[in-house]
Amino acid sequence: MALLANWYDLRDLGNPVARLIEALQDAGLSGGWIFAITGLLGAIGILSFVGVAAVIDIWIERRLIARIQVRRGPNRAGPFGLLQPIADAIKLIQKEALQPDAADGIMFTLAPIVIFIPAILAFAVLPWGEHMILADLNVGVLFILALGSTTTIIIFMAGYASNNKFALLGSMRVIAMLISYELPTVLALLGVVLFASTMSLSGIVAFQETHWVWLIFLQPLAFLIFLLGSTAELGRTPADIAEAESEIVAGFHIEYSGMKFGLFYAVELVNVVAVSAIIATLFLGGWWTFGLETFVPGWMIFIGKLYAVYFIFIWFRGTLPRFRVDQLMAFAWKVLLPLSIVNVLLVALEVFIWTEYELSAGLVLPIFGIVNFALAGALIVGFGKAMTRNMERFPKRPRLVADIDVPLPEPSTG
Amino acid sequence: MPIKAEPLVVNIGPQHPSTHGVFRMRVTLDGELITDAEMVIGYLHRSMEKLAEERTWTQNIPFTDRMDYLAAMTGNFAYCITVERLAGIEVPERAEYLRVIFAELQRIASHAMANGTFVNDCGAWQTPLLYMFKEREKILDLFEMTCGARLTLNYMRIGGVAFDIPDEFMPQLKGLVDELPDRFDEYDQLLVDNEILLMRSRDIGVLSAEQAMNASLSGPMLRGSGVAWDVRKGDPYGIYDRFEFDIPVGHNGDCFDRFMVRMAEVRQSLRIIKQAMKQLPPGKICADVPLNFRPPEGEIYSRIESPKGELGYYLVSDGGPFPYRFHVRSPSLINLSALKDMVVGQTVADAIVTLGSIDINVGEVDR
Repeated sequence: MALLANWYDLRDLGNPVARLIEALQDAGLSGGWIFAITGLLGAIGILSFVGVAAVIDIWIERRLIARIQVRRGPNRAGPFGLLQPIADAIKLIQKEALQPDAADGIMFTLAPIVIFIPAILAFAVLPWGEHMILADLNVGVLFILALGSTTTIIIFMAGYASNNKFALLGSMRVIAMLISYELPTVLALLGVVLFASTMSLSGIVAFQETHWVWLIFLQPLAFLIFLLGSTAELGRTPADIAEAESEIVAGFHIEYSGMKFGLFYAVELVNVVAVSAIIATLFLGGWWTFGLETFVPGWMIFIGKLYAVYFIFIWFRGTLPRFRVDQLMAFAWKVLLPLSIVNVLLVALEVFIWTEYELSAGLVLPIFGIVNFALAGALIVGFGKAMTRNMERFPKRPRLVADIDVPLPEPSTG
Repeated sequence: MPIKAEPLVVNIGPQHPSTHGVFRMRVTLDGELITDAEMVIGYLHRSMEKLAEERTWTQNIPFTDRMDYLAAMTGNFAYCITVERLAGIEVPERAEYLRVIFAELQRIASHAMANGTFVNDCGAWQTPLLYMFKEREKILDLFEMTCGARLTLNYMRIGGVAFDIPDEFMPQLKGLVDELPDRFDEYDQLLVDNEILLMRSRDIGVLSAEQAMNASLSGPMLRGSGVAWDVRKGDPYGIYDRFEFDIPVGHNGDCFDRFMVRMAEVRQSLRIIKQAMKQLPPGKICADVPLNFRPPEGEIYSRIESPKGELGYYLVSDGGPFPYRFHVRSPSLINLSALKDMVVGQTVADAIVTLGSIDINVGEVDR
C-alpha cells in the first residue's frame, strides 16, 4: 500500500496526505472529491488540535499563573491536576444555562457558538509544516485580520443581547478598543508584508527561510506593536477592560452561565493560541528554525514556538495591572499608531533601496536589522518617557514628618 | 429626530468583587463618566452597639474583633484602653509593651491587605494580593502562636492581655522584623515603578487637605492628603510617647499617595516593634480586675490610631455590669463619607480604584 509505506515519517504530516491523494487519484476519483476528502481530513486534524489545546491550555495557564502568584494551582484532580479541565467541563455542563427574561433569546444563544468560527478559521491558513497547510491563501494575512474584526460584532452581540448594564458597558468598551487596535496591528503587519512582498503565510515563512532570518530581527517594532495590539484584541491583561473583573465583573459574558460561559472561556484560550500561532508564523519563522526542522518535525517546532509566545501572554496576565479605557485608547492612537506608521515608512524606504539598487540580501538585511532595532529602541524609550511625563510632578515617596503639624483639638479627658 | 437618551444607573454592589464586602454604590453614568454617586450601606449591620448593652464589659471584647475583622487587635486595644481609662485601671508595663507589639504587627498585616487589594482593584489579577498575603500569613502565625486565633483574636483584656508570649515567639518575631523590610523593598520595586499602576492611581480620587479635614477623615486617608496627623503622636495613648517614629505624609492627596503612605507606615511600624522588643520588661501581663467588674458611673470617649484611622469608643457606664451606651467611631464609615466627592466626574474604573484606596472594611462600616 502506497498510503502506509511512509506513514511513520512524522516530520511531515502532509506526506500521508500526499500519498492519500495519489491513492485517490489511482482509484479514479475526480478532483472535487479529492479536494473534499483531504479538506475534511485537514479540518478534523485542526479541530482536534484546537480542542485538545483548549483543554490543556486551561491547565497550563492556571498552573503557570499559580506559580507566578506563589500558589500551587490545581493539583487534586488526576496527576498534577491534569484532569482539572475535564472536571471543570463536567461541572459546567451539569449547570443550568440561565437566560435572563429580558434577553434577546436567539442572539443570546447564538453568540457563544458563533464566536468559535473566526477563532477556528484562522488556523486554516497557518502553515504547520512545509506542506502542511489547509488553505494556502494568497491573501492569508488579510484573511486573518478580517477574521479578527468579526469577533467584535459577536462580542457586541453577546453583550447587547444580555440586556445587562455591565454587559452593555463591557461590549461598548470592546467596540471602542478593538476598532482602535485594528489600525496599529494592520499597519504593523504591513511592514512584514512589505518585506516578504507576499500576503501568503507560507510565502512569508518561505521568505524567512530563503533569507535565513526571522522577521522579528528585521521588524522588532512591528513585533512589539502586534504583540501589544493583539493583547488588546484578545482582551487579556493589561487590556482586559472588556471583562475587567474588578470593575464590571465579567463584562460582556456576565449573564452567561453553565456551558455557554464555558464556551466563552474556551474561545478565549483558542484565540490566544491562534494569535500566538500567527506571531510564531510571521515573526518567528513558523515551522522553520535555522535548519532544526531537518531533525525535528516542523509542526513540533511550530507548536513549540506557539507555546513560547503563549507564555508571554500568561506572563502579562500574571504581572500587569489594567489600563483605564481612555488610557488604552490613548495608547493605541498616540503611541502604537504613530510608531507603526513610522515603521511602515521605514520599511518602504528600505525595501525600495533594496530592490531599486539590486543589492544582495546578505549585505542589506543585517544593516536593516540593526537600523530597525536602534530605531525601535529609541522610539520606545522616547514614548515611554513622554507617557509618564505628567506623572512625575510629585515625588513618589511620602515625606516623613517627625511630629504632627496640625492645630490640636482639646486633649481628651480620662 | 432627537435621540432619546437616559442616564444609565448602575448598581455596583452589594455583590461585586471589588466592594470589599457588601458595600453598594449606586452610580449614574454618562458613558463611562460618573455623574452622580450614592452610597448605600447597612448590608452587614449586626447591631453590635445594641447587643453590647446586654453583655458585661469583658464579654464585649469579642465584638470588637468582629468589627474590623482585618485588624482585630487594634479593635481590642481601643475598647480595653477606653474601659481602663473609665475605671482608672493601671496596666502592667509588660502588657503595655505586648499591646504595642501586637497592635503594630496588626497594622502591618492590615496595610499589606489594603495595598494588595488596592493593586488588585487596579486590575493586577490577584498577584500582588497573594504576595501581600504571604507576608500577612507570617504575622498571623505569630498571633496564632500567642493566642490560638488568627483572625478574631480576642487577645486583650481589661487591664492587660490574656496570654504571655511563648518562648519561641521572640526569635520568630526577630526573624520577621529583619526580613520584612527586604520583602517590602522588593514589592516597592515591583509596584511603585510600574507605569500602569502610576497612571491608574496618580491624580485619581484627589482630596485636598482642607476637604479631608472637613470630612473628618483620619488615618492614611488624611495623611495622604498632606496633613501630618496621627493619634499616636497627637494624643498619645498607652506608651506610644516612648517610641521614635515618623509620620509619612503624601503630596497630592490621590490614590497613589495613600498607597505609598501605607507602604511607608509599614516601615515605621517595624521601627516601633524593634524598639518595643528591646525595651520589653518582665512582669505581670494583666492587672487584677475582678470578675464582676463594674466601672464607676460616668462617660468617656477615647481613641487610638487603628490601621484605617482614628478608632474611638464612646462608653457610658451607669455603674452596672453592662455598658449603658456603647458607641464606636469607626474610621471606615467616616472615611467612606468622602467617597462621593472623589468619584463624581471620574470613570467607573477610577471609582473602583478610589474605593480600594480608602481601605474600608464593611464589618466596621455597618457594625
